[in-house]
Amino acid sequence: MRQWFKSGTPWIWLNGGAVAMCMIMVIGLIGLIAVRGFAHFWPSDVAVIDMTDASGEQSTIMGELVRSQVISAAVARDSGETVPDDIELVTRHLFKLGNRDQTGRDFVWYLELGMGPWQYPEDVFVVERREWGNFYGQPLALIREGNVISTPGDADFWPQLQASVDRSLALFNEIRRLERGEIGRINTGIEQLRLDERNLQLNPPPADIEARERERIAAASARFDADYAVLREELDAIYQSTQRDTLRMQTANGNEVDITLATIVRVTAPNAMSVFAKLVQYVERLWEFMVDEPREANTEGGIFPAIFGTVTMVLVMSIMVTPFGILAAIYLREYAKQGTMTRIIRISVYNLAGVPSIVYGVFGLGFFVYFLGGNIDQLFYEASLPAPTFGTPGLFWASLTLALLTLPIVIVSTEEGLARIPSTIRQGSLALGATKSETLWKVIVPLATPAMMTGLILAIARAAGEVAPLMLVGVVKLAPTLPIDGTFPYIHLERKIMHLGFHIYDVGFQSPNVEAARPLVYATALVLVMLIVILNLTAISIRNHLRERYRSASD
Amino acid sequence: MTTQTANNNPASTAGHDRPAISAAGARKVSEREALSLADEKSKIEVNDLNLYYGNEHALKGINLTIPEKRVTAFIGPSGCGKSTLLRCFNRMNDLVDICRIEGEVIMDGKNIYDRDVDVAELRRNVGMVFQKPNPFPKSIYENVAYGLRLQGVSSRRVLDEVVEKSLRAAALWDEVKDRLQDNAFGMSGGQQQRLVIARAIAIEPEVILLDEPASALDPISTLKIEELINELKRDYTIIIVTHNMQQAARVSDYTAFMYIGNLVEYGDTDTLFTNPSKKQTEDYITGRYG
Repeated sequence: MRQWFKSGTPWIWLNGGAVAMCMIMVIGLIGLIAVRGFAHFWPSDVAVIDMTDASGEQSTIMGELVRSQVISAAVARDSGETVPDDIELVTRHLFKLGNRDQTGRDFVWYLELGMGPWQYPEDVFVVERREWGNFYGQPLALIREGNVISTPGDADFWPQLQASVDRSLALFNEIRRLERGEIGRINTGIEQLRLDERNLQLNPPPADIEARERERIAAASARFDADYAVLREELDAIYQSTQRDTLRMQTANGNEVDITLATIVRVTAPNAMSVFAKLVQYVERLWEFMVDEPREANTEGGIFPAIFGTVTMVLVMSIMVTPFGILAAIYLREYAKQGTMTRIIRISVYNLAGVPSIVYGVFGLGFFVYFLGGNIDQLFYEASLPAPTFGTPGLFWASLTLALLTLPIVIVSTEEGLARIPSTIRQGSLALGATKSETLWKVIVPLATPAMMTGLILAIARAAGEVAPLMLVGVVKLAPTLPIDGTFPYIHLERKIMHLGFHIYDVGFQSPNVEAARPLVYATALVLVMLIVILNLTAISIRNHLRERYRSASD
Repeated sequence: MTTQTANNNPASTAGHDRPAISAAGARKVSEREALSLADEKSKIEVNDLNLYYGNEHALKGINLTIPEKRVTAFIGPSGCGKSTLLRCFNRMNDLVDICRIEGEVIMDGKNIYDRDVDVAELRRNVGMVFQKPNPFPKSIYENVAYGLRLQGVSSRRVLDEVVEKSLRAAALWDEVKDRLQDNAFGMSGGQQQRLVIARAIAIEPEVILLDEPASALDPISTLKIEELINELKRDYTIIIVTHNMQQAARVSDYTAFMYIGNLVEYGDTDTLFTNPSKKQTEDYITGRYG
């Protein structure tokens, strides 16, 4: 035994075990998120079950099985179910019933007791709607302008239905294009005119110029109104047209429901689909999740604005933190006289890295948003007051707060990089008659770039995952616009953004429909993790490229 | 100029005529012209140089004259101050905050420690090669062109010419002419050291300081460096610090032996190695300490 200890074998096992534990935890974490999150997009079969409850009353349930669990009969009895006395354990199933507009509850637990056989009839349709979530039911008829044009018995019912859905989706996209693009442009123009007018009031120019300006504003305003009237008419026509088709469905309990195709995203019949068709559907839904906007208080639809917001914010943050951090580190390491003062500064900087992030959020809100932003508004956006422009949380302040948060990381790694550069290289340059700054910029800084990149990588990893401070300085639950778009000046630093981290919190804990949101929490978490991985891999590959260039210098 | 057997060490005793068994035996005295400091043209003159690192007195009243277009070697045990003295000639000691210097170093009639001396300008005139090869993280070409670019030379033609000339002078051209744009870190240690020498001579200094230039190299690379030094002394005044007494004997015309901050003995290499006038020198070159 002593011999065994002396041989060092236990240490190897201990160290190896630690690595194994880390690997298990990481893989387990990613695996759990991936399974929970991505299973959500698989089109599962819809079961139809006849139920007989304790009093002998018949009912039918139609829905997707979400999960099952075994509970003790006592618990079931406590929750108001009737369970025979001789049974100790009962199985219950959670079904997603949809039809929230009909029944009000779309996720319901049912005891297995009293369930008839589970059936999967092929004519069950799942209708994904823009409002009220999914609808489960059996189709009765496709109705156009009040007349039944096709029934499920017809051979061309399915193609006709899909054609109608495609048509209404095309119309929907057209409406969105007009509203976001054209009408958005008109709104921006009108707002600009209003600001111009307000400016005239605040700083009245000479009378003749003022008159000319007012004339111009009036003319432009009239032009916008005319444009708007035309667009409005066009939109009304399209809206009218989207009401053309209606799908008549029957719920499990026999109610007939008319669903206008204007609100339908997709109609599927999962019980009739082959595995391959389901796979296609799966990829389609996954893609939608990545590129669509959220619907229904973020519990449906995609997360594109959150992805976009996170990436934009991290990029703006990197642009701000890198030069500041590097310059500060260079001064501290290369120029500052090494003494008590620099030591105090260095310790302070290092300690900044340990300040809880919410504290940065508070600082960002108080200093950046209210003080800096408020003053910027006073100076440059006077006309739009009292509505704040920069004096309210937004992308720029969020990025700046995160830049502050990650500044110590960049400073520390840059300093370490500079310290690692052999003094002989420095002296070599000086001995050739280079001044200190020439040496610094031509030799030292290029050599330290891999270290700087390391700092940036760590900063990005920290910033992309940060949530707490962002809630105070610019991230919102639902942003109406993206921070980058086609209207001048293209990057709108004052806009509020959505963020994956906050989205997870919002969907998971602030959602009105917890069961519906749960899979999205996992899926969003996985997207966040992958996003950070992608950002890091990019930065790491840049760093490795640089390292390759300066190979043996740092070794 | 008077011949200097500069000595500030009272402990040394004169009057040894027992010939030292020295490394200089590798080269016969008769093979070269008899050298005498008295006949040489002075390039650098050091007068009463004292140097302190904080409270430590690192160089004690050094007086010596470095002859022009000759190779002068500084030998001595570790910590004797030979590298420190070398660094006085291009004011590299300025980089050490706690370093304080008294006395004069006169180069071409001008004290380089005068206030109005531009240190960068001085270092352009006094090139330096360090113990460990220290190429920059750039291509071979850019390494050699670095000094010229600092001086604002950007003409491709001029640069090409100087790079080739310098690499030829450093006996490196044939080895690297096909890969001038490769990173200098890809070269061997010996090549890197010759590259650094090429880099130093590219800006045409008058003096080249070599601080143990071959101590990190293998014997073949060392030999190449030594041959190179022999070539270079036609055009440049060379001062070399070395641990290796054979090397000093092989490459230098004059040798200074230093011990704990004192210049013990200074004279032409043959005399110093075969017939040292000081007991300490003899002890050192015969290997009794150091």
